[in-house]
Amino acid sequence: MRGRRIVAVARKEALQVVRDPRSLMIALLLPLMQMFLLGYGVKLDVDRIPLCVVDEDGSQASRDLVQRFTSSRYFALREVDRTVAPAARRIDLGECRLALVLPPRLAERLDSGQGATLQLLVDGTDSNTATIAAGYARSVIDTHATMLQLQALERHGYPTHALKPLDVRPRVWFNEDLESSYFIIPGVVALVMSVIGSQLSSLTIAREWERGTMELLVSTPVTRLELMIGKLAPYFAIGLVDAAICVLVAVGWFGVPFRGALVTLLGTTCLFLAVVLAIGYLVSVSIRSQVGASQVALVLTMLPTTLLSGFTFPIDQMPAFVQGVTALVSARYYVTILKAIFLKGSTALELALPIVCLTLYAAVVVALAARAFRKTLD
Amino acid sequence: MSAVAAPAISVDRLGKRFGDFAALSDVSFDVGPGEVMGFLGPNGAGKSTLIRILCGLLRPSSGQARVAGLDVAADPEAVRRRIGYMSQRFSLYDDLSVAENLRFFGRIYGVSARDIGERLRTAIEMADLAGREDVLAGSLAGGWKQRLALGCAILHRPQVLFLDEPTSGVDPSSRRRFWSLIHDLAGQGVSVLVSTHYMDEAEYCMRVAMIAAGRLIALGAPHELKQRSAGGTLLEVACADTARALEIAATVAGVRDAAVFGNTVHVTAAAPDARDALLAALGATGLSGATVRAIAPSMEDMFVHLVQAARAPAEGRSTA
Repeated sequence: MRGRRIVAVARKEALQVVRDPRSLMIALLLPLMQMFLLGYGVKLDVDRIPLCVVDEDGSQASRDLVQRFTSSRYFALREVDRTVAPAARRIDLGECRLALVLPPRLAERLDSGQGATLQLLVDGTDSNTATIAAGYARSVIDTHATMLQLQALERHGYPTHALKPLDVRPRVWFNEDLESSYFIIPGVVALVMSVIGSQLSSLTIAREWERGTMELLVSTPVTRLELMIGKLAPYFAIGLVDAAICVLVAVGWFGVPFRGALVTLLGTTCLFLAVVLAIGYLVSVSIRSQVGASQVALVLTMLPTTLLSGFTFPIDQMPAFVQGVTALVSARYYVTILKAIFLKGSTALELALPIVCLTLYAAVVVALAARAFRKTLD
Repeated sequence: MSAVAAPAISVDRLGKRFGDFAALSDVSFDVGPGEVMGFLGPNGAGKSTLIRILCGLLRPSSGQARVAGLDVAADPEAVRRRIGYMSQRFSLYDDLSVAENLRFFGRIYGVSARDIGERLRTAIEMADLAGREDVLAGSLAGGWKQRLALGCAILHRPQVLFLDEPTSGVDPSSRRRFWSLIHDLAGQGVSVLVSTHYMDEAEYCMRVAMIAAGRLIALGAPHELKQRSAGGTLLEVACADTARALEIAATVAGVRDAAVFGNTVHVTAAAPDARDALLAALGATGLSGATVRAIAPSMEDMFVHLVQAARAPAEGRSTA
């Protein structure tokens, strides 16, 4: 292996990237765009759920209950109707996800101690949001019911201060405000890195074939290892710049806390970059057109990273078989590492397992990539 | 065996198949140091395949090829360090400048940092590209591109140079200039193997190998080949109706073969008195305006003759 030849290939490749608007756009504009789009687009928080109320009673008691809902940040009251029909229509049209039906004679039944049953109509098309919304609504109503009971006891002369029901005070660690963006954005960084990294390197060999420059290149004494290192070096540098952009946007714009060590982040990012660049290079060697290679690389990295890396869907809730498959998704280890570095401030030692897995992964794909290219036209 | 006498290229019963198609069959020849060997043949004859095998880009299916004393199938990397290659299609980087292309290939071929500046200047001077160092290669005109490609192929001072149709699509004055560069290099001891489908360019070569349908059909100095191929007197028939003249010529006794060349018919005659018989025959059928004169055979005549001569026994073999 000759350093001079590696430098020659790297310099040539860098010049070509600088002069190719498409590569430059992938390299610098795309990560910024993706960070903002995905950072805002992927949100798992359920708040300001559109709600309508069917108040068939129209009493002070029913208005008090509605007031509970409007003062909660989880609900946005759209309309108060007197009958069910318009509310049902609102749910059909998707204007509201939830309709709370307060029955006639609600106040009367409460005053007489008979109790009342409320109806909650839930749009279940998005089962996740529906479950969360129904849960929120139930807890708002429970709180209100407890208050009504206490008031009733007080009216009957019971010393309510002596009542001590169970109380839970949850304390959330690492993501104190349960901001889903804190949990999502480190995953977005991983997604952006895997897409950009593989996209950049997927073009490099295919471009030589497409432009007819490969014939001359394989007639030179450059070895396939020198060629791979030289070609990937500029993209590695670009990938590190992209990583810096992503982290700056995550911390500076989205306000995600960064609690770990930069060195750990840098080291693991280098490992992950090696993996995705090698995957793109492998694709580029096998598919001799730039468009084809770029699409295959996109599917190979984007889909598994989105679905199987634990970026949006927790891995431990997947079926056992799918969990096994995620072991083959390199982004899975990087997402775990990033979340831990950002939110928990984990050290390299605490992350030993995913780091070792990522290292093994990198070793295997880089070795495959190095051997994939054949210096022949056969 | 002394180093001086060793051939720069030595090809022994070389064959290459792509599936069922035999691109090259049983080709053998040697090229000496400082020799300019031309490969002549129509498109698809196997010239590019042969050059690619010698550059280590394709593996031979049978036979052996040695370049600079090294077996190309066994040690292609060592061969690559000693050769320069100019492919048929322009294969430099369009988006790199003249100087950047030269520098890249110089470094790839291992020219040292100390030497590269001087080699670059020499190459730019040779290719007459002074003042265009910073022009992108893609925006150069054909002849300039060709000379730049040659410059890139010789920066590392290779012992052997392979040029695959270097002059195709280039204007005649650029072609002449290119050939004088090739002869300068040969004068410095570089062996050059150059393919072309321009028959007239064979005259620039010291020896010519004719190749048709993957077979070597003739090998020798241009003047030798012409003498050998003539096999009689070459007569040129000029008349208004070449198709009719061709038919008539074939019936005349002593005529070996006849072929249309542009607006004339070239007739190879075994006996010198065939000219009179031919004139008489043409006159008898009403083509009285026809003239017949003896001419010196051109490379093209030679090629047509050799292809016909080669085809006859080859067909005989295939039916046997």
